[in-house]
Amino acid sequence: MSEVAARPVHSAILQFLTRRRGRTRADWTDWLTYAYLFVGLAVMFAPVLWVVLSSFKTPVNLVEFPPTFLPYAVETVEVEGFDEPLPLYEVATEEGETRLLAQIRRVGLNAQMIDPAKPEAGRVVVAVADAKPVRHIQFYWGNYAQLLSTSGSNLWLYVYNSLFITVVATLITVVMNSMAAFALAKYRFKGNTLALVAILMTLMIPPTVVLVPTYLIVAQLGLVGNLWGVILPTVATPTGVFLLRQYMLTIPDELIEAARMDHASEWRIYWRIVLPLSAPALAVVAIFSILSRWNDFLLPLVVLNRREVFTLQLALASFQDENQIHYDQLLAMTTLTALPLAFAFIFLQRYIASGIASTGIK
Amino acid sequence: MRATAALSGAIAALAALPARAVEPVMHGAQKALGIKQMPWVFLIPNLLAVLLFSLMPVFINLFYSVTGSDRLYPVDRPYIGGANYETLFDCGNYLDPSTCSRDLFWRALGNTLVFVPVQVAAMIGIALFTAICLNRDIRGRGFFRSIFFFPVMLSPVVVALTWQWILQRNGALNGLLTSIGLNRVNWLVFPDSAFFWSVFVTVWAHMGFFTIILLAGLQSIPRDVYEAAKMDAASPWRVFTRITLPMLKPTLLVVFILCVIRSVQTFDELYVLTGGGPGSATILIVQYIYEVGFAIQPRNFGLAAAASLLLGAVLMIFTLIQLRLARGRNL
Amino acid sequence: MKLNAILSGTTLGLAMATATHAQEITILCDDVGFGCSTMAPIAERFNEENPGKTVKLETVSYQTIVEALPVQLESGEGPDGAIITDLGGLSRYYLDLTSHVDAGYFEEEFGRTLEWLRGSDRKSKAVNGMPTSLTVNGAYVNLTLFEQAGVPVPEEGATWDEWAEAARQVAEATNTEFPMEMDRSGHRFASFAISHGAELVDEEGNPVADEGLKTAIEKFVGWHKDGTMPLDLWGAVGGSTHRELFEDFLNANVVFYFGGSWTLSRMDTEVGDLFEWAVVDTPCGPGSCTAMPGGGALVGFKHTEQPEVVGAYIDYVSQPENYKEIIAASVEIPAAGTLIEEGVDYPGASERTKTALSTFTNQIPKMAPAAYRFQGWRYQRAMMNALTTRISQVINDELTVDAALDRIKQDVELAIEAAEGN
Repeated sequence: MSEVAARPVHSAILQFLTRRRGRTRADWTDWLTYAYLFVGLAVMFAPVLWVVLSSFKTPVNLVEFPPTFLPYAVETVEVEGFDEPLPLYEVATEEGETRLLAQIRRVGLNAQMIDPAKPEAGRVVVAVADAKPVRHIQFYWGNYAQLLSTSGSNLWLYVYNSLFITVVATLITVVMNSMAAFALAKYRFKGNTLALVAILMTLMIPPTVVLVPTYLIVAQLGLVGNLWGVILPTVATPTGVFLLRQYMLTIPDELIEAARMDHASEWRIYWRIVLPLSAPALAVVAIFSILSRWNDFLLPLVVLNRREVFTLQLALASFQDENQIHYDQLLAMTTLTALPLAFAFIFLQRYIASGIASTGIK
Repeated sequence: MRATAALSGAIAALAALPARAVEPVMHGAQKALGIKQMPWVFLIPNLLAVLLFSLMPVFINLFYSVTGSDRLYPVDRPYIGGANYETLFDCGNYLDPSTCSRDLFWRALGNTLVFVPVQVAAMIGIALFTAICLNRDIRGRGFFRSIFFFPVMLSPVVVALTWQWILQRNGALNGLLTSIGLNRVNWLVFPDSAFFWSVFVTVWAHMGFFTIILLAGLQSIPRDVYEAAKMDAASPWRVFTRITLPMLKPTLLVVFILCVIRSVQTFDELYVLTGGGPGSATILIVQYIYEVGFAIQPRNFGLAAAASLLLGAVLMIFTLIQLRLARGRNL
Repeated sequence: MKLNAILSGTTLGLAMATATHAQEITILCDDVGFGCSTMAPIAERFNEENPGKTVKLETVSYQTIVEALPVQLESGEGPDGAIITDLGGLSRYYLDLTSHVDAGYFEEEFGRTLEWLRGSDRKSKAVNGMPTSLTVNGAYVNLTLFEQAGVPVPEEGATWDEWAEAARQVAEATNTEFPMEMDRSGHRFASFAISHGAELVDEEGNPVADEGLKTAIEKFVGWHKDGTMPLDLWGAVGGSTHRELFEDFLNANVVFYFGGSWTLSRMDTEVGDLFEWAVVDTPCGPGSCTAMPGGGALVGFKHTEQPEVVGAYIDYVSQPENYKEIIAASVEIPAAGTLIEEGVDYPGASERTKTALSTFTNQIPKMAPAAYRFQGWRYQRAMMNALTTRISQVINDELTVDAALDRIKQDVELAIEAAEGN
């Protein structure tokens, strides 16, 4: 029976995999491609999936070895004479059969058990090695509940702050960088090279290395504890200017000349002609900026000193203290912070990908 | 095409608000200054921000590096000359980092110089291969594209904690190994395997971004070029080396530059994953500077600044080489 | 000099005026033990009893307090007060509470910790804050494994070597993965080092790398080489990173775990009756049987515009009944002398946990003077960091023990030199 059922499924998968546009038969390179992509799927996605699933585990389930992939809960049973429900175990007896027993308490390698069907038979001592807990898959929401109760209504505040920083910084970055890129790509003027070099020089400065001086400047501007204090230092991304300039070089100068003939102002040329044509490169810069701002950690850590201005990433860090990491809540928080981006990406990925695709960044 | 239009429409709509406010200012500027000065008007906001938040910190660092004490404000710091640089160069034997007083600085610099080429090569190689796979006429292309891009969206701390959790003695990888009857391996305890995983995890986390850019580059190669090659019955390898690679070169250059920058700046992931260990096998230069100048009390801004300027000198040389390489490419 | 002027000159006017509410103060604290959540009821009561004065508690991450707060204080920003753990390192920012609190009472109850808060200033009589709770390093032992192995549990006064030997026997007999583990923390290692006769810091506040430290490092590294301790903590991690693996103890993968009193709250919920455990008297070395004290302090900062409110609030928290309430709620060891002697009733804790708490408390009188001196030293963190970094290097054969000793001393001297600006 089962073989018969399996065959059509098998051939369907085969058909699915080998069906190709243009050609009818798949050659070995297609198989290689699929093999690679499926290995890639496992390597790229399994860790993420595992984090998400682990966020639904109980603290005890979380630290066990070997770790389980799915969240499990131990089956329990009500036994007469005990106030609390007892966990159920499958115990292999010496005669080679398995019995279902409820565990009363465990002491080291031995456990006291009782038969839930016949509690009057009394307690039995069982070696732990012979007992296997009876478990079923269960999603435990406690980590999320605890997270919500500790951060409370603040959680929305963090989301708001993160969103505000991300959106505002990205908008400013896109406009400011593209203006600079426009000037550097489409004008010949004295100091052109100097300005380009000045911006490109900063390309290599790791932000971590200038953390303290940057903080000093933010403090002098009076922006400590202010969302603008983490927005302004990050908007002049040299990477953005560099990418946009490279792209704008490919826009034909004739277009601009023609517009000047029509008495368009320089701003109009930039805003109405160059910017729309650079949309794909702008998309790349925007994604770059969104991802880095959303995930920013060190600068917000020093600059944002009050809870009202905390970002999600800072809240995430609260689950590590001097002596321990609270994995349960950390996992829940991780899932929660990554979710918005994941959804945004799932909805936008066609646009993003085709946007970048048509840039062919040159 | 419609997708692009939709996206640019969305961006334009969002950016329209500040733009409307700016427009009259820009028109006024053009009237007052003339067209000749307009590039500067376009440049000024970005230049100001660069000056204030990128170049100024470097100058403050320069000042920090020749002054002492753990005070933050330059006025509070006494001048100490080149003492910090002397400390960094205080070595018994310049060929052996363990004889240096600041052996960790030299180890970190050395590790970085090994890490960057290895990681960049692995990153670009894997990203290119993935992009080529995704560029084929396969089913579920969008799905696979999303999968490979997904880790890019995770924050570095999350990436590191996830992998730390996978790689630790009682982690998922060892759980997998024991379930198929193999022995556990303590992945992060041995210098070589820790180094391997450092490269692996950083490639895992950032590869998607470069894959997508490379995919875009591949898709911009006109189809008819390939059709012509097919007519000539050229071998796939020949097609790849004679058509794909040359036509992809501009994209590869951008990817290479971005990748090197990112690689040199690698910090958060490894700081959480290995802390630079075992011993100092995976400590990179940015971590060293962060620890000296920020994480360890009392903070030694001066020494960190001196180290960062030395790093800057090394990077400057690399940038110059890059610019020279790029000159042929209309940069 | 000029730089500063230029910087202030460039202020773009974006600065939003920080709204200073009349008589409102902000206190930063984290959420562990004696922290924001256990202090909240007291703060509320204070606000009710003192109309017009408001105390706002800000819960932040530990990293914020350790890494961000000092930079903020240095730039004159930051909260009015905080619960901090780097007692000596931040001393120049503290508000002297002498005129706001009963200094005699403070001196009597918290005398020793008050000294730590004064940093390197030996002549000072300032009351720089109120010590919150006391933490004590200590050893957790899996009694069930001992019982199953039939190995007697070493008595009070047993040495580190005897414990290591016993733990090895137990691990072998019960097939437990590892005999011993210790948090990767310079603070934990300091207990071990001082009990082996290490001084770490002399009376003048200079770092000491002596024979005692050498013996300790050699023994410790040896334990990592022979498998007494796993490489996961001290072997695998580098730099100044703190790392713990207490879940190994919770999962009965290790016989003896050297951690501290702060993990007690996890024992009831995560171990339950999985196995019998106990906190044992700190093992002895040739020098002493010392553990390291630790803990935080509630302090006010000089730059506050409301020193009276800060003082009044700290005074309020320090009142015996309020203080006792917080300690009981956070299941921690009090820092106040009288309470240590009297004992505190912890309503929420199990019998086992209460016994463990009293074992921890019993270690306090046994602490070596060197341990106290080290805890109050302004450059303690520099030393602890040097210890973790260099010992990990020795375990990985990057340095010899002698080179590590030189390097440790050098690291701290450099830190002192840099901090004092010579």
